[in-house]
Formats: sequence, structure tokens, C-alpha cells
Amino acid sequence: MRNRLPAGLAPAVLAVGALAIVVLPLVGLVQRAPWSTLGRDLRAHDAFTALRLSVVTSLGALGVSVLFGVPLAWVLARRVFPGRALVRALVTLPMVLPPVVGGIALLYAFGRQGFAGRILYDVTGWRFVFNTSGAILAETFVAMPFLIVTAESAFRSMDRRAEEAAATLGARPAYRFRRVTLPAVAPALAAGGALTWARALGEFGATITFAGNFSGTTQTTPLLVYLDIESGNEATALALSLVLLAVSLVVLVGLRDRWIGKV
Amino acid sequence: MRIRLFRLGVPAVAAVLLVSACGASTKSSSSTTTGAPSTTASTAGAMSGTLNVFAAASLTSAFNNAKTTLTAANPGLNLTYNFAGSNTLATQIQQSAPADVFASADPKNMQTLVTAGLVETPVTFARNKLRIAVAAGNPKKITGLADLAKPGVTVVLEAQGVPAGDYTRQVLASRKITVTPKSLETDVKSALAKVTSGEADATVVYQTDVAAGGSKIQGVTVPDADQPQITYPIAVVKATRNHAAAQAFVDSAVSGDVQKALIAAGFAPPQ
Repeated sequence: MRNRLPAGLAPAVLAVGALAIVVLPLVGLVQRAPWSTLGRDLRAHDAFTALRLSVVTSLGALGVSVLFGVPLAWVLARRVFPGRALVRALVTLPMVLPPVVGGIALLYAFGRQGFAGRILYDVTGWRFVFNTSGAILAETFVAMPFLIVTAESAFRSMDRRAEEAAATLGARPAYRFRRVTLPAVAPALAAGGALTWARALGEFGATITFAGNFSGTTQTTPLLVYLDIESGNEATALALSLVLLAVSLVVLVGLRDRWIGKV
Repeated sequence: MRIRLFRLGVPAVAAVLLVSACGASTKSSSSTTTGAPSTTASTAGAMSGTLNVFAAASLTSAFNNAKTTLTAANPGLNLTYNFAGSNTLATQIQQSAPADVFASADPKNMQTLVTAGLVETPVTFARNKLRIAVAAGNPKKITGLADLAKPGVTVVLEAQGVPAGDYTRQVLASRKITVTPKSLETDVKSALAKVTSGEADATVVYQTDVAAGGSKIQGVTVPDADQPQITYPIAVVKATRNHAAAQAFVDSAVSGDVQKALIAAGFAPPQ
């Protein structure tokens, strides 16, 4: 039996409108790109440094997110405690908070005069601002929620019977987690991790507000794109934008719908 | 079924593109000025209509103070400012941003627009001097440019292409002082904000910025012998739709209400 099309032209036109909103800017980017000088533009003033720094900071943010986010996701999924809903809301907040607001908030907490940063600085001399660790912290702040949300969903929806079977066979909690739970949620964690990494890679507002802007230390690729466009270095900005666009596409195509709901 | 979808999709896409194309053509700004609007000299000042002034960040206080005087004398005037680093503003004007007047913190950024044929002949309307800005109380005991290179002093400067940053680097190079800034900010105001917030110990801005900086900032003098020639040019943007008001603003900046506000803020006259 053939499916019948939905009645009317309206849904199709509106759908195409949505597509246009998303696709036309990408077309604009691609058709203005300096394809012939791409290699040279990417090696030009600070571009390669920014790319390398972005890789370092985004992987660092992913690492921190996994280290702290997965255990939190597990606690949220498996333990019932008062205020759990509030905790869940709080860790999801950076996803909707404007990133520059996040940067300002980070300043007031971890800046040199911030209530936590001040103690850190006085005791250890360590500072996040103007430091690569600050860029990693800013990226973690905005990206970790993606991992927590994906991981919690995976922990909730996995089949618990394998864990129970392992428990009855005498496996300790740590062993169960490592050999039964983690492999079961690994695909979802990989998807969440890819999203987290991509979000960290693209972070701008929190980084420039909190960490600062200096080549090699805190000037990640999005910052350099912004500054280059501001000061008329269009070619480098476009070349870097293309790289970021290509990376984002690869991540999304690689995920192939996995992150939307299917685990 | 596939063919039916396709036949529906093609006109849909065409419809969207047509609508967007129609919208685009009416927005394209003409590059020729449409002539002066009817200047009804109903008040003492002849400025009326909308005026967008793109001005270097260091002009913020002075121009805002001037706005009060100008709008009081010219009730028909709707004056708006866009303050940012001069290089940012020059780029925006090259991208057809709707500016009527451009006031730059250095001749270099103005020259970019002169070469591109986007502004009328510029005139110098103010001069300024560099000044080191430190936190009130000067906890790091900074007495001059050489102290900026001391270990343990966190310095931020302005980015490449921002006049204050370029002037500072010029002076440091001529004095053979090597300063490694911890961050390069997009304009003098954000550099100053880093010192106000306590993240940086010092930055170099204009003396007018230190004056406008409030109680959390104090200044350290840069000797006149080290000062570069800092001249601010101003020009009418050729694509302006309010040529009369734009020209009047430029004239006022050279010698009028705007010039008075500049002097009050600590700028030197154009000479």
C-alpha cells in the first residue's frame, strides 16, 4: 500500500523554509571561502596555533567532562536523593545559559578576585584567567551538560538484568561497572562524548570573557575567527570557519541520529 | 511517490528563494548620497534626523557628554553611537554598516577607508596621550613602562590593529622594553575592565580613559618624550543619508560643542 502525502502544500513549504534558514548561511560560507589559498591561510598568522590550541582545549574539556560527568550521570540515574530534580536542572543549566553569561559567572567564581579563585590563588598561586586551564574550564562549563544528559539517559535505559546477573555471580560493584555497565552504555557515551567535544571546540563567549585572548595560550579557533573578521582578515577567518564547519559535519554524520534518542 | 514529493519540493524551494531575493534587493544601500535632506533651520542648531556616529571606544565619555548638549540644542536630532575599536569600526563600514560619521583613534584606520573611497576628506579633531592604568593603590608599585616587564606583573594590551595597542607596542619597541601581555583585548574599555576587575595588574590606555575609569583605577604617567603622535581624525561617511547633520557633527568636533566636551574629558585640541 502506498503512503498518501499529507494534505496541502503548507508543511512542505514551511519545512523548506526551515531548511533554508539553516542551509543558506552554510552556502554563504562555502561560496565565499578562499579555496585556492586555503593551505596558506591556515598557516598564516596564528591560524595553525589557534587550531592546535583548540584541539588541546577541547580534548581537555572532554576529558574533564568524562571524569566528572559520567559518575554524576550514574548517581543521577541510579540513586534517589532529595533535590535530585534540582541537581539535574542545575547541571543542564549551562546548555541554555548564554555562554558570555557563563563566562562572567566563571569570572566571579574562579577569577583572581572570585570567591573560589581568590583562595586558589592565595594558597597555590594558580590562576585560571589568562591560562589554558581557563579555556579548558570555560569549555567544560558549556559542554559537560551534553555528556551528563546523554550518559544519564543511557544508564537509565540500559537493561539492568546483565548487571543483576553479574551481581548474583559474585562480581563486585567496581567490576560490574567496568565489565558490564560501561560496555552497555559505551555507544551512547561515545555519541555524547562526540557532541561534548564538538560543543567545547566551538565555544567562544565564555572563553573570551573568562580566559582571555592570547595566541598559543587562550586564543582558540573561534576567538581568532572573530578577531580576524573584526579586523578585516577575512581570508583567514573564512578558512578557519571552513575547518570548524567540516569538523562539525564529520561529527554529526558520524553520529548518524544516535544522539537524538536511539541508544 | 518520490516524483510527487519532488514536484512539490521544487516550487516550494523556488518560492522561498524568490521571497528572499525580493527582500534582499530593497535592502541594498546605494553608494551615492541622495543629497542633503531639507534642512529646516527651526532651531539654533541645524542638525536633525537620524545620525549614526561610529567612534573609537576611547571617545565614549566625551561623545556621550556631547550628546546631551547636542540634543538639547537640536531637538529634532536622533543621535546614536557605535563605540568599538577603530579597526572593528573600519571593517564594519567597509561591510556597508549604516554609519554617517567615523571618528577614528588613529590615521591608519581612517586611511583604510580613504583609500577605499568610503569617506570624505578627514580632519583632525583631537589629540591624546598614552597612560598606564593600574588598580587603585598601585599594589604592584608600577612607576613607568619599564615596570610592565617586571616578572609577576600581569599586563593586558589591546589587540593588533587597535590604535591604543599599536601605539603602545610602538613606544615599547622604541624604548626596547619587552612586555608579554597575558591577553589582547578588543578595545581600550575591555582592557581597562580587566584591571578594574582585578584580573590584570596593568594596561596601557589613553589618559582620557584613565580619567573616565573611576575610583578603581589610577594612572601612571608615560613621559612626553616617549609619547607617540596620537591624532584622532574624523570624516563624513560618503554613504550617509543625512549629510547636513553629519557635516555639522564633524564641524562641531573640530570647534564646537563636541570639541568642548572633548577638552573637558582630557583630550588635547587638534592644534
